[in-house]
This record gives sequence, C-alpha cells and structure tokens, in this order.
Amino acid sequence: MKRVWAFLPLVVVAILGGFLFWGLNPDRDPNAIPSALVGKPPPTASLGPIPSIGGDGLNGDVVAEMDGVVLVNVFASWCLPCRAEHGTITSLSKMAGVTVVGLNYRDTDSAAAAFLEELGNPYAAIGFDPAGMSGIDWGISGVPETFIIKDGTVRFRFAGPIVGDGAKKIFFSELGEVQVQ
Amino acid sequence: MKHVFLVLLLLCAPPVFSVEPDEILDDPVLEQRARDISANVRCVVCQNEPIDSSNASIARDMRILIRERLVAGDSDAAVYSFLVDRYGTYVLFKPPFQGATIGLWIGPFVILALGSIGAYVAFRRHTVVPTKLSDQEEAKISDLLDDT
Repeated sequence: MKRVWAFLPLVVVAILGGFLFWGLNPDRDPNAIPSALVGKPPPTASLGPIPSIGGDGLNGDVVAEMDGVVLVNVFASWCLPCRAEHGTITSLSKMAGVTVVGLNYRDTDSAAAAFLEELGNPYAAIGFDPAGMSGIDWGISGVPETFIIKDGTVRFRFAGPIVGDGAKKIFFSELGEVQVQ
Repeated sequence: MKHVFLVLLLLCAPPVFSVEPDEILDDPVLEQRARDISANVRCVVCQNEPIDSSNASIARDMRILIRERLVAGDSDAAVYSFLVDRYGTYVLFKPPFQGATIGLWIGPFVILALGSIGAYVAFRRHTVVPTKLSDQEEAKISDLLDDT
C-alpha cells in the first residue's frame, strides 16, 4: 500500500502538467467565443438592401436554400479590419461554388455606399442593418465576422478579419472541408 | 453662484451604471428584473464584464433586447434561453449544470471527500499509541528512578 502512495506526486504532476501543457498550446485562443449557431440553420430574420445600392437584401430562409457554399460576411464602413479583409472577401466571391452575402452592420446608407464604391462590391446580396439588432440573432461579438453556410446549416464562424497567414489558413482549411462534404 | 451650486450638485450624483436613461423601463418591477438578468449576462466584447456595466454597443443592444422580451411577457428563464440559443452558455456568468460542467460543479466536493478520507486515515494511524507500558519498560523506569 505504501508503494502505491509513493506514485501519488507523479500522478499529481501528470494531471497538473497536462493542464499546463494544454494551456500553453499556441493555437488555443482563450478569448475565442464558441458560436451557438454552428450546426443550426441561419437566423431567419429578413433585412432589406442598402437603399442606395439596391438589389437583394439578406434573408435567412433564402440563404439556407442557396446552392453551394454561402459565406455571410458581417461588415461596416466604420470598421477598419473590414477594409483590411475586403480583398480576401473579394477573392472569395470569385471562387466557383461560393456565394458571398453581406450583412452591413450599424452603418449609414451613404457611408456604406461610399465604402463599396471605393473598394468594390463583392456581395451577391447585402442586408442593411442600421440599428444592429440582427447582430444578436447572428450571435456576433464584433465586426467583421464570417459565417460558412452549406445546405441550410451554419458550418463555421470566423470572428475577426481574414487577414494574415494564420487567419487565412484557419478559414480556408475550414472552407475547403465544407466544400468537399 | 447658481452655476457653482449646479456643478456641486452634479458632483454629488451617485455613480451611474452603463444603463442609459432611454433604456430604463417605466415599470420598476420589470426594470429590476431586467437589471438582475443583465448583471448575469456576459458582454461578448469585454468578456469579464456583465452587459449591465458594459459600454459596448452590442451590450446595449442586448440590454434593450432583454427589456423588449420582458415587456412582451417573457419569463426570466425564457429571456436567458433566448440569449443562450444565440450565444451559447458562454454568455451566462453562472454555468448551467450539464455534461461539460459536471467536473466544475462536483469537483470541489469530490476533492473535499477525498481529502477528508485521507485526513481520517492519516490521523487514525498516528493516534495508535500503546496505552500500557510493557513489563520491560516498567522495569527500566523503576531502575532510573532508583538511581536518583
């Protein structure tokens, strides 16, 4: 019995070490908020288009029925990271089998239109949400955020701009996985 | 003088939370419920702050939404589950009792029980002291006493 107790410190070190090792993992982001939407259909609330841009608005039911992969990108003209990731969003919109839909969050008609005129409009449709109340339905914590949707189900949510090698690696590997499914 | 008095009055104002005047409901009972709920909901931007004291715009949206739900007649539980459906249990400061959190809720009691058992065993082992001296020890003592 005494011999068994002699291993107790080793067991304690192993358990504690395991937690510390897990905590040191550089890929783990303690600030990342799990999305409750993953595995569920997108919110059904319907948003009209940006008045001076026109076209289609954002409708959860329509998004759910679209073919291929749908990316819902939450953006705003006041958001600098959105400006930074705009190039990535534009190249995503040119990929085959990918539709990019925008959610213009807490923005004004003129500012959003100027933003899209300056940088180009990669969105197939844009929902205009000046009051920002759809943000809670989508469970966003900030702008930008990008959702990957396929077959009427949210597959992945990326919080923050898709800028830099690290973020692109994560986003594109998830997108690739969803595409082959 | 009037202005000085006004400034002094303003300085005496009690600390105000982030809840802005236009958010406050007319019904004090509903307002109190809204305040109690928002004190328990995590702001998703400034993550260790409740939405009740957060200045983030999303926190304001959430406070307004909670009040809308309450005015519409939702129970507190319905309001919480509305938020949990969108943000997950992450938004609650008090984690619910469920699969992943069992260790969190039961763990301290398991450790307390193990510690109690350990302490009990350890103490019992140490208190096993012979109550009577052996004949040999008696003889040694009387020897020593005789010497003096």
